[in-house]
Amino acid sequence: MRFLPHTDEDIASMLQTIGLAGLDDLFAVIPGPCRFQGKLNLPEPMTEWELREHMTRLSDSMAASRGYKVFMGAGSYEHHIPETVTYLTGRSEFSTAYTPYQPELSQGTLQAIYEYQTLVARLLGMEVANASLYDGASALAEALLMAIRITRRKKVAISRLINPLYRQVVRTYLEPTGYEIIEFGYDTHGLTDLSTLDAHNDLAAIAVQSPNFLGVVEPLESIARKTHEKKALAVVAFTEPLAYGILKSPGKLGADIACGEGQSLGIPQWFGGPGLGMFATRMSHVRNMPGRLVGQAVDAGGKRGFVLTLATREQHIRREKATSNICTNHSLCALASAVYMASLGGSGIRSLARLNYDKCEYLKAELKKIGCKIPFAAPTFNEFVVEYPAGAKTLYADLLKKNIVAGLPLAAHFPELEGHYLLCVTETKTKDDMDALVKGVRQ
Amino acid sequence: MTDFSGTTGLIFNEPLLWEKGRKGRTGMSLPRRDVGTYALDESLCGDGPDFPDLSEPEVARHYVRLSQWNFGVDSGLYPLGSCTMKYNPKLNEKMASLQGFTGAHPLLPAELSQGALRLMFELERLLAEITGMDAVSLQPAAGAHGELAGMLIIHAYHKSNGAARSKIIVPDTAHGTNPASAALCGYKPVAVKSNEQGVLSPEAVAEIMDSETAGIMITNPNTLGLFERSIREIAEIVHKKGGLVYGDGANMNAVMGIVRMGDIGVDVQHLNLHKTFSTPHGGGGPGAGPVCVKKNLEKFLPVPRIIENHGAYSLSYDSAESIGKIHAFYGNFGVMIKAYGYILSMGAESLKKASQLAVLNANYIKAKLKDVFHLAYDQPCMHECVFSDKLQKQNGVTTLDIAKRLIDYGFHPPTVYFPLVVSGSIMIEPTETESKEDIDQFVEACKAVVAEAKENPELLHAAPTRTKVRRLDETNATRHPCLTG
Repeated sequence: MRFLPHTDEDIASMLQTIGLAGLDDLFAVIPGPCRFQGKLNLPEPMTEWELREHMTRLSDSMAASRGYKVFMGAGSYEHHIPETVTYLTGRSEFSTAYTPYQPELSQGTLQAIYEYQTLVARLLGMEVANASLYDGASALAEALLMAIRITRRKKVAISRLINPLYRQVVRTYLEPTGYEIIEFGYDTHGLTDLSTLDAHNDLAAIAVQSPNFLGVVEPLESIARKTHEKKALAVVAFTEPLAYGILKSPGKLGADIACGEGQSLGIPQWFGGPGLGMFATRMSHVRNMPGRLVGQAVDAGGKRGFVLTLATREQHIRREKATSNICTNHSLCALASAVYMASLGGSGIRSLARLNYDKCEYLKAELKKIGCKIPFAAPTFNEFVVEYPAGAKTLYADLLKKNIVAGLPLAAHFPELEGHYLLCVTETKTKDDMDALVKGVRQ
Repeated sequence: MTDFSGTTGLIFNEPLLWEKGRKGRTGMSLPRRDVGTYALDESLCGDGPDFPDLSEPEVARHYVRLSQWNFGVDSGLYPLGSCTMKYNPKLNEKMASLQGFTGAHPLLPAELSQGALRLMFELERLLAEITGMDAVSLQPAAGAHGELAGMLIIHAYHKSNGAARSKIIVPDTAHGTNPASAALCGYKPVAVKSNEQGVLSPEAVAEIMDSETAGIMITNPNTLGLFERSIREIAEIVHKKGGLVYGDGANMNAVMGIVRMGDIGVDVQHLNLHKTFSTPHGGGGPGAGPVCVKKNLEKFLPVPRIIENHGAYSLSYDSAESIGKIHAFYGNFGVMIKAYGYILSMGAESLKKASQLAVLNANYIKAKLKDVFHLAYDQPCMHECVFSDKLQKQNGVTTLDIAKRLIDYGFHPPTVYFPLVVSGSIMIEPTETESKEDIDQFVEACKAVVAEAKENPELLHAAPTRTKVRRLDETNATRHPCLTG
C-alpha cells in the first residue's frame, strides 16, 4: 500500500523497541469482547488507475458532464472560477495544514484569513467578519442564536422568502431548546410583508434575505428601521453575495448581522458542499460572535504578524458557555473566496455583477415577449420567478429532454406558486443559451 | 549528528492585499458581454466594495509567498495529537475536481445526479461497515457538527419516548467540543473524572447516571490516547437507566478493523473524514462529520436520506421523526469524494494495517521518549501518547518553549496543553503515514531540545528563530483586537 511506509524490518525493529512480539500485541489492552473478530466486508482495494476510471464513470453520469444548460440557482450558483483560485488553494502548504494553532508556522493561512475577513467586511459593509462557518444555512442559525444571546429574548422572526432549506436548518438548531420562530409572509411584489410586525414586541431578531429566495431585492433600510424600533437585531441573510458588487451593502442599510453563503465567490457547486458560511457584524457585538477570528499582532522582534484571537468565546476555552460549538470551519473555502475577490478587484466585481444583472434582465424581457408572466415586478438580481403558460410540467419535462433545466419548480416549497419556476442566469450563460431556452418555451 | 530538516532559507516579505495593486488592473477574464444594458434602479446601487485591483501575476505571487510561510503535512511531520494529520492522497484531490462533481447543482432531478447519489450511498454503507453501525447520514459538515447532529438525535429519541432529559455525562478525557455541542441542545454537561489509569471506571458513571440524564459522550480511544476498556459495562449502566451512549469518533484512526463501536454498546457515533479518512484539513477545514447510528435511531437521522431502488438512487424526505436538516444541502460532498476514494484505495486489510501502524508509531515514540519527557499515564497507548513538561519545568522551560523549539528543528509541534487532565500536556499523534526514519528524527529532535533545556534554556525561550515571525504577542492582540485592515 503506497501510503504506508513501513517495511517488515521496520515493524520488527519498532516492536522490539516497545518490547512486543507482534502488531496484535499492541491491542492487548482492549478486552476480548470488545475486539472485532473477522475482516471488514469492504470491496477489494483499487489501484490508482482503477479508482480513476471508477470515479470518472460516476462523474460522467452527472448533468454537468452531459452538456446540460442549468438555469437553476436557489442557493447554489454556477459562476466561472479563474484557474488561479483552483491552483493557489491547491498548494498543499495551504490545503494540508491544520487550524493555525501555532502561528509562527501558519502565517500564510493567518494573513490570508485576515485578508478574507477584511474583504468580507468591505463587501458586506460591516465592521468585522469571522474566519468562516460551514454554510449559509448554519450561519443564519448561528446569527439567530447570537441575537438571542445579545437581547436575552427567546423569539425570532424570519421571512418566508429566506431560502426554505435555510429555514429548515434554523428550525433544527432552535426548536430543541424551546426558542420560538415566527414567519412573515410576502406581498404581491415578492417582498417580505412586515404588516403584522406590530403584534410582536419580544423579538430577538428579524431575519430577511436579500436578494431574497425569489431573487427580489428587499428594502433593507426600512426593514432595519422597523426592526430597530422593536429593539430587535436586523439579520440580513444572502445566498448570492455577488449582488453586493453593485447593490448597496447590508451594513450600509442598517444590518446588525449579515450572514450567508459564499459559494458564488470562487467555490465549485460540488452538489451543495463544501460552501462557505460568511458571517459579519458590528464591533460592539464581536464578543458574542461565533467562530474563529484572526487578528493582527506584533512578534518579539517588532514585526507584523497574525494570530487566532478572542478565543475566550470559543468551545475549547469556554466549554458549554461558548458562543458556538464550531471548531473546524471552512478555511480553505474562505481562502478560495479571498483569491477570487482579489482576482476580481473592486472594478471587476462591479462589472461582473452588472453583467449578471443585465443577462438576467435579457432573459426576463425575452420571456415576457413570448407571453410568460413575471409575477413579481420588483427589481431582482440573477434570479426571478416566471409563470410558464399552461402545461408547465410537460414543458419543463420537454426542455429537460433538450438538455435544458428550465429553473426550479417552486410548488414544493410554495404550494401557492404551482406552475411557477425560479430561473437563474449568471455570466456563464450566453445569449445563445438563453435564446435556446426561450425558443424551447415558445414551442 | 542528525541532519534535521529545519533550516533557514530566503523568506519573502509580502504586504497585505490592499497594500498592493493599482486602480484599473484586473486578475479575472470577464466573460463577453453579449447582451445590452438594462435599467437598474439607481437608489438600490452602492459604490461597490473597496477591493484592491490586482493583475493575475500579482495575485499568484501574493498567495504563493503566503503559502511559503505555512507548514502542511506535505512539508513535514505534523504530530498534532487528536488531529490525525496523515498524508492526503493526491489522486483524491484530482477526483474531487472532476467536472461532473464540481459543476453539480444539488437540486437537479435525481436522474441527473446518479453518480453523486451512488457515491454517497456507497460511502454510507462503507462507514456503517467500518463502525458496526446500521445507518449513516453524511450531512454534518465537521466533527462538532456531527456531535450536534448526534446530540439532536439523542434529544429526539427521549422526546419520542415522552420524557425529555436535562443532563449529559461528559468525561474529563472527552474532546473539547463535546460540552458546547451538548449545550446547543439544552443539555447541562455533567463532568465525570477518569481514574488513576486515565480511563473511566463503571462505578464513577453508575454514581451519576440517573433518569434525568440523557446519556454519556465518550471519546474512545480517549484524549489520553487510552482505550476505554470498560465501555461495554458503562454502556450497560447507561442503557439500564434509559440513556444512550454517544461515541466521539475523532480518534477512530486507532481501531479500524479492530473495534467497531456499534458492536460494543455505542448508539450514536460521529466520524471525522478529515482525520481518519485522509481528507486534507485545509488549514482549518472544510471537513466532514458523518453521524452513524444503530437501527432504533435511524428514523431520527437528518433528511434527506439516500434511497437505492434496483440500482437507481434518489433522495427521500419521508421521515416524520427526523431531527430535520442541519445543512442547506447534503453536507460536504467535495470532501466525501476524497474519503470514498481513500477507502476504496485501502480496502479492509490496509485500513486495519493503517490503524496497527498508527498505534505502532505512537507506542514507539512513547518508548523512545519516556525517559526524556514525563509520561503522564504509563499505559499501553493507542494512536497517540501524552507527555508533560514536568521534568523540564525545573529548568524554567515549559511545554510552550519545547513546542516552539521543535519548530526550529523542522517539525510541527504536538498538541499542547490539551487534554486538560494533564498539566502542561504534550500530546503526540504521529499517524501511520510517517516512516520509522522520520519518527527517529523527531525523537532525536526532542532529545536535542531537552538537552538544550538543561544547558541553554534561553534557546527555548527565544524559539522559534527560523520562521517568518517569532513569537507573537497574543495578549495584546486580544486586548486591542485588530480584525480587519
